[in-house]
Amino acid sequence: MELFFFIPIALLSVLLAFGVVFNKSPIGSAVSLIGMMLCLAGVFVIQSAHFLAILQVLIYAGAIMVLFMFVIMLLNLKTAEDTVWKAREHNTLLSVLTGFLVLGLVYKLVEIATDANFGPGMPVAENFGTTEMVGAKLFTDYVLPFEVASILLLVAMIGALVLAKTKTD
Amino acid sequence: MIDTVTQFLSDNLVLIVGAVKAAIIAVALLSSVPLLVWLERRLMGRFQVRLGPNRVGPFGLAQPFADAVKLLFKESIVQGSADKFLFFLAPAVVVFTAIVTFSAIPFGASFTLFGQEIGPHVANINVGLLFVFAISSMGIYGIVLAGLASNNKYSLMGGLRSSAQMISYELTLGLAALGVIIVSGSLNLVEIVEDQAVVPNIILQPLAFILFFTAGVAETNRAPFDLPEAEQELVAGFHTEYTGMKFAMFFMGEYINMITMSAMVTVLFLGGWNAYFFEFLVPPVIGPIIVFAAKVFLLLCVFIWLRSTFPRIRYDRLMTFGWKVMLPLAVLNLMVAGFFKVL
Repeated sequence: MELFFFIPIALLSVLLAFGVVFNKSPIGSAVSLIGMMLCLAGVFVIQSAHFLAILQVLIYAGAIMVLFMFVIMLLNLKTAEDTVWKAREHNTLLSVLTGFLVLGLVYKLVEIATDANFGPGMPVAENFGTTEMVGAKLFTDYVLPFEVASILLLVAMIGALVLAKTKTD
Repeated sequence: MIDTVTQFLSDNLVLIVGAVKAAIIAVALLSSVPLLVWLERRLMGRFQVRLGPNRVGPFGLAQPFADAVKLLFKESIVQGSADKFLFFLAPAVVVFTAIVTFSAIPFGASFTLFGQEIGPHVANINVGLLFVFAISSMGIYGIVLAGLASNNKYSLMGGLRSSAQMISYELTLGLAALGVIIVSGSLNLVEIVEDQAVVPNIILQPLAFILFFTAGVAETNRAPFDLPEAEQELVAGFHTEYTGMKFAMFFMGEYINMITMSAMVTVLFLGGWNAYFFEFLVPPVIGPIIVFAAKVFLLLCVFIWLRSTFPRIRYDRLMTFGWKVMLPLAVLNLMVAGFFKVL
């Protein structure tokens, strides 16, 4: 039953991810990205992490992607369609760096795949993935990473503001 | 043969019951749209000291059906400069999200039918409140995509305004609902209603109720917050280029969203299907659903009342009001609610 839902959702999410990269119009890419995030939320539901799934839809698909659409609308990027592919120049250093990145990713994937246990899954705890569980974990075991991440986001936000401000002056 | 059929039915009972409930909800919501349109036009007529539609059928009841037939037979125009796929996707997104949002809302106490306990809601999700917010925030895309795909400056402006407005007021909506979550200690909508068996949340959280309802009117793009579709300045806004049934689908979405928002206010603040002083009048099984429907009906009348009373506010005033009045008040309400919870 789990596989019955997992396989189509996973396939669709991979297809939509390709759609994000290969779509020529920015709106098409954004729509594909929204679809992919919804599929990821579906995968989370199958893994009985309901709270995470809802947050995925609420924050990524609902809030962040709306801002993406906002930017696309404001800049009217539709005109960029034909310039995107011409502007790409060959850069050896960048290619080598990207190659290393891809190699590292592939290595990690192979490592995970060989370590993974494809037998019957571990039974999950009664309250796994509930709001209480996630909240308790966040504010006890993972309180330091949680705070660091929020400070990081704040710093990034201030940085963006400073960058935008100096340009207009 | 019969054995295998009954075996199959009993094995998949949960799925079958869920599918039947989903079908009932979808049909009920879609068929309540024409009735709501009729109610709005009749009430608006009375508010403006005129009769409203009264020619087609008794009390003009057949008027919305005549309109629906007219819309179905209209020519569907798609202008050449439009992005075809997104142009067709946008109204579908609006109606789909509007219907799916309602699936998490419980509209009656659970009852027993053929030895099965059936709750009058499609899905009892333990994060039901967040589910409603998540799916209704997806509804923005319908309007944004309509604005983008039409390839028309008025539509683009309408879409832009709408997304900005919905992002701004969604914050207030969520923060006001957080006050209720603090009071009842649950994200599950059934538990929130059961928690209000004695006192409805409107008495415990009056400020949150006002904020939630106001933000709800803004979220559903209803007057006086109907800036995305301001006829005078935007030539109808995001749906300028739409004709026929696709045009009607935006209105179906808006009216279903109105029903959903009224149902959410009922669940969160008015005690859902609890009848309080009139509990002795309520018959079993069907009674709680009638109580719930009555509360939703009252709120829908308030929606229409607001529309015929207030003029549309200016766009910059709308944003200022959202960010500088509603949001600080919602944060204040949240802090007070948290303070009393700790006490």
